[in-house]
Amino acid sequence: MTVTDQSPLAPVSAGTAVADRPARRRLTPYVLLLPGVAWLAIFFVVPMLFLASQSLQQGTLETGYSLTWHVATYADALSTFSSQFLRSFMYAGIATVLALLIGYPLAYTIAFKVGRWKNLLLVLVIAPFFTSFLIRTLAWQTILSGQGPVVAFFQKSGLMALLRAVHLVNSDQLLSTPFAVIMGLTYNFLPFMTLPLYASLERIDLRLLEAGSDLYAKPFTAFRKVTWPLSLPGVVAGTLLTFIPAAGDYINSKLLGNPNTTMIGQVIDGQFLRVLDYPTAAALSFSLMVTIVVLVVVYVRRAGTEELV
Amino acid sequence: MAGHEGDLRLSGLTKRFGSFTAVDNLDLVIPEGSFFALLGPSGCGKTTTLRMVAGLEEPTAGTISIGTEDITDTKPYRRPVNTVFQNYALFPHLDIWENVAFGLRRRAVPDLKTKVGEALELVELAHLAKRRPSQLSGGQQQRVALARAIVNRPMVLLLDEPLGALDLKLRRQMQIELKRIQTEVGLTFVHVTHDQEEAMTMADTIAVMNDGRIEQLGGPTDLYESPVSTFVANFLGQSNLVRARVTSRAADVLDVEVEGHSLTLPAARCVTTSEDIWFGVRPEKLSVSPVAADCSSNLAAARGLRGVITDTSFIGISTQYVVRLPSGQDLMAVRQNDGAGILRPGETVDLTWEPRFAFGLDASQDAHAGSQVEDGDPVGAGARG
Repeated sequence: MTVTDQSPLAPVSAGTAVADRPARRRLTPYVLLLPGVAWLAIFFVVPMLFLASQSLQQGTLETGYSLTWHVATYADALSTFSSQFLRSFMYAGIATVLALLIGYPLAYTIAFKVGRWKNLLLVLVIAPFFTSFLIRTLAWQTILSGQGPVVAFFQKSGLMALLRAVHLVNSDQLLSTPFAVIMGLTYNFLPFMTLPLYASLERIDLRLLEAGSDLYAKPFTAFRKVTWPLSLPGVVAGTLLTFIPAAGDYINSKLLGNPNTTMIGQVIDGQFLRVLDYPTAAALSFSLMVTIVVLVVVYVRRAGTEELV
Repeated sequence: MAGHEGDLRLSGLTKRFGSFTAVDNLDLVIPEGSFFALLGPSGCGKTTTLRMVAGLEEPTAGTISIGTEDITDTKPYRRPVNTVFQNYALFPHLDIWENVAFGLRRRAVPDLKTKVGEALELVELAHLAKRRPSQLSGGQQQRVALARAIVNRPMVLLLDEPLGALDLKLRRQMQIELKRIQTEVGLTFVHVTHDQEEAMTMADTIAVMNDGRIEQLGGPTDLYESPVSTFVANFLGQSNLVRARVTSRAADVLDVEVEGHSLTLPAARCVTTSEDIWFGVRPEKLSVSPVAADCSSNLAAARGLRGVITDTSFIGISTQYVVRLPSGQDLMAVRQNDGAGILRPGETVDLTWEPRFAFGLDASQDAHAGSQVEDGDPVGAGARG
């Protein structure tokens, strides 16, 4: 076999095996990257290009679509569904903050305070994943419904009045309210917040806290000046892993909300599957994605944790 | 010495972890401005003692005070004490300047800039102020840790094996550096180490610790020349310890019988009143001389021992001999390479010494207590550091 092709991918002939060994070694990383790159190319890049092109087409399902570079679809879609867009980011934002407020103390306790119960508690954190997302959300319908004990507790304790005051519930029930949607989002994405927080807290060298204490930092100051900054990579990862899927979520508002809590994920779902307006659905999907990317970039920049991640 | 307003005083200090007593009823006064070393093998309780002074460990019993102020129950962040940690514990998210400024900022000390600048100047790292700890070498990190503690001008500076992570050459250099800085700033340094050479090079006073207790307290020369226990005799340098019997006691001199030879020992250098003693001489105090062919000058019979060389190792500035006594015990002798020639294994030699260099220890102790094994870790040390 004569080898005329001089590219590094040329088959290795027996006579040049020794000389080719470094070349083969250089190729190893590319070979290892191949499955992942191929997967992303086929299942991410191609659909993405397809979606982009779809969003600029005009036509109907019956007559077929043609690419007309109709940018106005974006303007129409965004102005029609601006309130759902804003609501999505607001709900996702509130859910992220709540998940952080719940997840941080939880992760902190697991990382530093529970000793040998650590592993058991971590299993409990991910235990919800043993059941499907959908079923768990449906379970919340039952828990929050009608005159169940949860509703009764909220009414008796005055929490219901408080929620009414901030317009998270409208009447005397919890189900089908903004409160239920935000609670569902918080609940469903809490493990995604807790686990990265735990990972970064657990890595903190406790001797640094001793050093802080030795250098006149009271416990709370030591937390603020040492623990918190060192856990920022976890905070950034956790908030992103919560905010991004929560912003695009369509299950929680569908199952726990009402027509006035519609989120953008639901709209996209409806445009694709019921209204069959593919260009609008594609334009909304694309806008959502770009907005999230921009928000994430700004956020990561501002958090300034590049060296610590 | 005592009575200064900055003396660190430990009284009856005890720390137990479960049934293990790490520090046992320790009484110690560390004079203000001194460079004090707590020396001992790992597990002897020296680090625990230091951590109790820092406030990072709570004593089971006893008190700690600085001057007249009892700080036993004072929180670590309120003590006028700072620590240079064994692994430096520099804050990885702050640059060098902010690391040094950390303690000053917490107390809102004025002139922050000047003080941090001076501290960095002192450890010669001003040019690296904007770097992160991870970008520094081990020796530089060590100096940052020192600057971060010194900048607060604590009444007592605690150093926990501060040079342990450095290589030998850098360690020697930092020893000199540390001593210079201590003289310059005049703070009380309490230095914990298991390296006897490090302790002797730097400290004015050394407390040798073993099993949670202080074996002996004194200046480096005192400890080396006049050890009071086999542990100290072996832990600081090397010692030849031979079983001996006191045959008569005079006011200033003891007659002792060592391996069938009648020898003398200054009474002041024997710490026990028992008949049975360990008779000790340091290896470099022994002089090794070949036995004359006609045996006319019987040095050994008069004031020494006789043996056969079993091993000769040439080390450059000196030669180490292992000499086996008739009883089978090996003694170590070190002779300067002053051009007198090297003796070969198999030669019969006389070992002699000035009687004033000999010392006597209680024979109830283990003759090997405190001996070092090859990698420098003491034999029989516990797990706790």
